[in-house]
Amino acid sequence: MDQPVRELSYAQAIQEAMAIAMEQDERVFLMGEDIGVYGGAFQVTGDLVERFGADRVIDTPISELGGAGVAVGAAVTGLRPIFEFQFSDFATLAMEQIVNQAAKMRYMLGGAVSVPVVMRFPAGSGTGAAAQHSQSLEAWLGHVPGLKVIQPATPHDAKGMLLAAVADPDPVMIFEHKLLYKMKGPVPEGYYTVPIGKAEIRRQGRDLTIVATSIMVHKALDAAETLEAEGIDVEVVDLRTIRPMDTQTVIDSVKKTSRLLCVYEGVKTLGVGAEVSAAIAESDAFDFLDAPIVRLGGAETPIPYNPELEKATVPQVPDIIKAARDLVSGRR
Amino acid sequence: MAQATAGKETGANLPFIYREYSPEQLRQALHKMYLIRRFEEGAEDSYTRGLIHGTMHLSIGQEASAMGICMPLTLDDQITSTHRGHGHCIAKGAEVAKMFAEFFGKTTGYCRGRGGSMHIADVTTGNLGANGIVGGGLPIAVGAALTAKRTKSERVVVSFFGDGANNEGAFHEALNMASIWKLPVIFVCENNGYGMSTSTARSTAVANIADRASAYAMPGVIVDGNNLSEVAEASHEAVKRARAGEGPTLIESKTYRHRGHSKSDRNRYRTKEEIEDWMTNRDPIMLYETQLQEFGVIDQAGIEGIREAVRQEIADAIEFAKTSPSPEIANLERYVYTEPL
Ligand SMILES: Cc1ncc(C[n+]2csc(CCOP(=O)(O)OP(=O)(O)O)c2C)c(N)n1
Ligand SMILES: [Mg+2]
Repeated sequence: MDQPVRELSYAQAIQEAMAIAMEQDERVFLMGEDIGVYGGAFQVTGDLVERFGADRVIDTPISELGGAGVAVGAAVTGLRPIFEFQFSDFATLAMEQIVNQAAKMRYMLGGAVSVPVVMRFPAGSGTGAAAQHSQSLEAWLGHVPGLKVIQPATPHDAKGMLLAAVADPDPVMIFEHKLLYKMKGPVPEGYYTVPIGKAEIRRQGRDLTIVATSIMVHKALDAAETLEAEGIDVEVVDLRTIRPMDTQTVIDSVKKTSRLLCVYEGVKTLGVGAEVSAAIAESDAFDFLDAPIVRLGGAETPIPYNPELEKATVPQVPDIIKAARDLVSGRR
Repeated sequence: MAQATAGKETGANLPFIYREYSPEQLRQALHKMYLIRRFEEGAEDSYTRGLIHGTMHLSIGQEASAMGICMPLTLDDQITSTHRGHGHCIAKGAEVAKMFAEFFGKTTGYCRGRGGSMHIADVTTGNLGANGIVGGGLPIAVGAALTAKRTKSERVVVSFFGDGANNEGAFHEALNMASIWKLPVIFVCENNGYGMSTSTARSTAVANIADRASAYAMPGVIVDGNNLSEVAEASHEAVKRARAGEGPTLIESKTYRHRGHSKSDRNRYRTKEEIEDWMTNRDPIMLYETQLQEFGVIDQAGIEGIREAVRQEIADAIEFAKTSPSPEIANLERYVYTEPL
């Protein structure tokens, strides 16, 4: 990329993407709770209301179902809304509009319309906000044909994938881990997109493939450093999109390393890891496996308030290191 | 109940609570309002010291609302509460020590360290729980009231919620069902002017939340939420109506939160003057204390006594929380199911 690159936080990168989208296209606008003068619960919209005015940075009442529906209605009739949920957990209040309406409208109408809505979901645990403000519900939406579901892990991808989402004719759901908002990384200036539906190999390795999503990509990379010192060479695949999933990149990687560890924050069973595992089990990569596939996911419990319990609920770097060691040494 | 004896006004001119409650009960109410205030300050201080993590929503400035509504309730009556629920919990009868223990994430806390501030509850005193979901408690209260009616108990259920919650679908669905089934439930909107940063003027199509009541064919009552007597009187009326099988009431208690919305609030959406005015001229505790003195229910020494007792109670409660054990990680999955899988 030729554009100058600077360090931005993940939140700043998203804000910049939204500003660029609004500058480029009159139809783009933002909606959400407290995204105006408050700047958003996580300061992602920040001062955008000062730049673009309250007509394009719209504070909604506390009405998730209605707000999501308004965004869907505006999208289907020609606008390009970016709708912010204050916490991803509140998607549960808007499931009707997301699942029954946004996802299906184009199909039900035989292709007569499309629904170019973008919805942003601050997700994940680690903030001490307990069971109703800490969930990772991406797999819920990943289960719905008609939606695209992405989980950018870096500031670079957060900006590029948001711009790709705005340009996309279909509904795109963006899950942003709250603990990533302050993380800094290189971000090119100006317009660029990062494709939806393409995984990225963050680290090349021979001994083991770790497929990770969102914040777990960083934990996997940390673990890989330690493991390298022990002579275990880890490949880290950042899935980036869970629907449509780039299974080919995972298959190719597993064929090379012959071992697969899936790491994600959502509840372990019936989630992203199951889908990745099945993709391998159903492909010719299955024959290359030297060990059973291992999944590290969230515990089978709501997120607890107590900080030690909370930490124990989701995979941490030592858990990844141990699982990788066991896998490579044949203990699994 | 016994009536206040001393006082410059008499009979029908006395504010409601002085006709309804004994001086001892009135002093108790002041004690509880102080307990709420000092609890909130203690929680805030503990948070600043890093003893409590996460976030919290303080109800400083709204004490008369919680207390007034709970005055006519018995221990058998139930409430559903909100993210700003510490005051409701205390007013309904919870022990502050177990509340602090919860905030400190300890096993001795009301939720055994699993819930924290936003999910504080004390089922033994009828508090079915605070809620992290705006509007989440309203339909639950209707369900609890359905139980009360079906089991022919005398119980009434109060659902506290904020002004912001009145724009959630759950509010409308809950009020409608409570009304068609004439359930013993009281909807209490604590209108503090803002849902996070959004004023009711910007969020709500009607001037008063109570105006919504007519759409659901129930009485809509507006009270000064910083005037204990007014709140208690409205609650009494609504409780009487509910116990008599006449159905729900919507009470709008107009009040104000002195602090920011939560621990991360730049307070850009309201002016210093506005906050200052509510704090100095309409503080519910100051107003009540002054009134109690005017009516001769308490003197300065009595007030000092209450303050000192509350100070000690809070200090002891924080000490209890500090020295309580933390949950063990091995028990992480406990309480997910009734019978462990
Ligand atoms: C369904 C849902 N939407 C949004 C939020 C985030 N949130 C928490 S409290 C709050 C404001 C609530 O305002 P109000 O009901 O007036 O209560 P107050 O905070 O003023 O006591 C918001 C937006 C939430 N917890 N749940
Ligand atoms: Mg409010």
